[in-house]
Amino acid sequence: MRIETHLAQIGTKKEPKTGAINFPVYFATAYEHIGGVSTGFDYTRTANPTRQVLEQSIAALEEGDAGFACSSGMAAIQTVMGLFSQGDHLIVSLDLYGGTYRLFEQVLSRYGLTFSWVDLRDLSQVEQAIQPNTKAIFIETLTNPLIQVINLEEICQLAKRQQLLTIVDNTFMTPYLQQPIKWGADIVLHSATKYLGGHNDVLAGLIVSKGEELSERIGFLHNSIGATLAPLDAWLLMRGMKTLALRMNQHLANARELALFLNQHPLVEKVFYPSFDPEGRQILTKQARGFSGIFSFRLKDENLVRPFLEHLEVISFAESLGGVESLITHPATQTHADMPDELCQKIGICGRLVRISVGIEHIEDLQQDIAQALKKADQIIRRSGLS
Amino acid sequence: MKKETIALHNGNEIDPYTGAASIPIYQASTYHQFSLEHPNQFDYARSGNPTREALENAIAKLEGGCRGFAFASGMAAISTTFLLFSHNDHLIVSKDVYGGTYRLLTQVLTRLGIEVTFVDTTDLQAVEAAIRPNTKGIYIETPSNPLLKVSNLSLLAELAKAYQLLTIVDNTFLTPYYQQPLKLGIDVVVHSATKFIGGHSDVVAGLVVVKEDEIAEKISFLQNSFGAILGVQDSWLILRGLKTLPVRMKNSSKSAKVIADWLEQHPAVQRVYYTGLESHEGHKLQAEQASGHGAVLSFDVGSEEKAKQILNRVRLPLVAVSLGAVESILSYPAMMSHASMPREVRLQYGISDGLLRLSVGLEDVEDLIADLEQALSVKSLLVTSEGRR
Repeated sequence: MRIETHLAQIGTKKEPKTGAINFPVYFATAYEHIGGVSTGFDYTRTANPTRQVLEQSIAALEEGDAGFACSSGMAAIQTVMGLFSQGDHLIVSLDLYGGTYRLFEQVLSRYGLTFSWVDLRDLSQVEQAIQPNTKAIFIETLTNPLIQVINLEEICQLAKRQQLLTIVDNTFMTPYLQQPIKWGADIVLHSATKYLGGHNDVLAGLIVSKGEELSERIGFLHNSIGATLAPLDAWLLMRGMKTLALRMNQHLANARELALFLNQHPLVEKVFYPSFDPEGRQILTKQARGFSGIFSFRLKDENLVRPFLEHLEVISFAESLGGVESLITHPATQTHADMPDELCQKIGICGRLVRISVGIEHIEDLQQDIAQALKKADQIIRRSGLS
Repeated sequence: MKKETIALHNGNEIDPYTGAASIPIYQASTYHQFSLEHPNQFDYARSGNPTREALENAIAKLEGGCRGFAFASGMAAISTTFLLFSHNDHLIVSKDVYGGTYRLLTQVLTRLGIEVTFVDTTDLQAVEAAIRPNTKGIYIETPSNPLLKVSNLSLLAELAKAYQLLTIVDNTFLTPYYQQPLKLGIDVVVHSATKFIGGHSDVVAGLVVVKEDEIAEKISFLQNSFGAILGVQDSWLILRGLKTLPVRMKNSSKSAKVIADWLEQHPAVQRVYYTGLESHEGHKLQAEQASGHGAVLSFDVGSEEKAKQILNRVRLPLVAVSLGAVESILSYPAMMSHASMPREVRLQYGISDGLLRLSVGLEDVEDLIADLEQALSVKSLLVTSEGRR
């Protein structure tokens, strides 16, 4: 079955009592042991019928063996990190969401876990970073916010040779564009708040695992830690996923147009979009079905940033990404505010960097909005003599 | 202001924008920022959401704390609270703690270098004897689950202060309506709000309330970093449940006392555990530190076989895990809430194979007793299981 069909059919033919096309929302927390026997559902934290449909769907979409829905993307990451014990070491994408960085360095480091931050595009650096106690490689691809492309097949092969677990945050791509498990990944993570939900209205995280033993261990942690997704949110997420393919096609088309437009703009220094990077383009062409609905760009002058953001009329200046509405973010002060300055500099996250999640509005309205806001910002800094 | 009033009037009853009598469900994951230099209070829903915040403020007021936090489940609240500690830290935990908390401590947190000693926290000397140089906190359930042992919160708080330990109390069974641990000197209160606070068997949720700003900052950081937050619809449902918490607690507790008295006289029952009974060892202490005895009781029918027969015979209570709902729930700790505890540990703690736990709901008490009577009557216990319905 093609992925578009799978997405549209989420939850169908699963409710034998009424035949309802949309699987119902089970709000019940407890389940009666009918005739003294468990129905397979005991307590909603452990298993909820609505959440289970979502979990089975994402597992199938990512071609994994089991899926787990969590209350946020960070809760999904924390649940997976429960696999590790004190003394363990992980290799992590250098360019990475600031919230993941914060969890690793400010919380998990207190439990004796250590992390090496490595540019995963360079396998020799990865190999050098492996220690006797290294247990896993944590990969974001595309990376956040610089949209770098990591070669999944190569890095998963390397990990297998070294008996390391590979964990891939697939938030930016979704299974519609990229299925990391096919390239050898063991675990896929999602902030489903983003493209999978797609409407800027649900906070959710998903985990997909490959292999029975690993799936059982994650299932145990999911229930024991209890950071599970609420049933109505699980239902809203499935509702969002039904249009994932259509939305992604539009996001991608709009992002491409907008990236080309900004690449020509005199006030823009550089656009970080995979198709502009020959190596990234080559890898993505092989391992994914499209580029990206999100990209970053660096303005020529830092003084432009504030008036630019404040004069946008259509696009919202807000954290998050992946929704039908376009959002623009300033990583240095928002998503990556908890990352130390030196590390930000090393990666290339500066005050001039802006990240845009391109929505499904008409491309001409988006282009016009950005053009007029950049023009006003330029006039303002010229008037005030800042430039 | 009395708790009955706070449950209804806690600053969330009127939406200032429209005057709506109930706070809207803000189903938004992100918030437009009107200025880069002056960010709004809300930026991303994991960090803060107005509907969730309304619930967090309401529970903080009811518990008499400085700040509240809402989580995806009681275990998520407990997991996040335990992240206050670091590897090599040692914790003292109530002996017959909820099986899920026991599992988290012994199978997840120990791998991260947290050391735990399970102690009978009703015995202050035993608690003091368990304190080590690296002890950082005491985690207490009172009344405990399922034997309803009562720990002295004021004395434990005093002892903890002397050794600079953090005190955490799971207040799920009594709710702030009957017990306010922060007022007795405890630092942190945790709740499975799935139970009495939500009250309708329809939401899984956890809450944390803290007494002082310093710990509030730390929990706030962990709540945002770890992200095990409560969804907005569920936050709204819990707020809705909270409005009837006082009347539900009063009604269910009254029925629980009537049922406990009745069970105590019943020939098929070996022992009843309910703090409202004068025969319960914690009765006096409970009456001092709480304003009620709650709606959960346990009783021992002597054997696994008899317990299972009763589970098969009852018609009104749900046979299920969980508690604290409008519907009565009868559960079997050995195979449900405490299934993750090894049998020998469970028996050593007094959670026998014949123990049943009843969470009394809002049904008419005479109907409940009539149902228990037919299930417990000696004759029915001889009849082999015939299935229900």
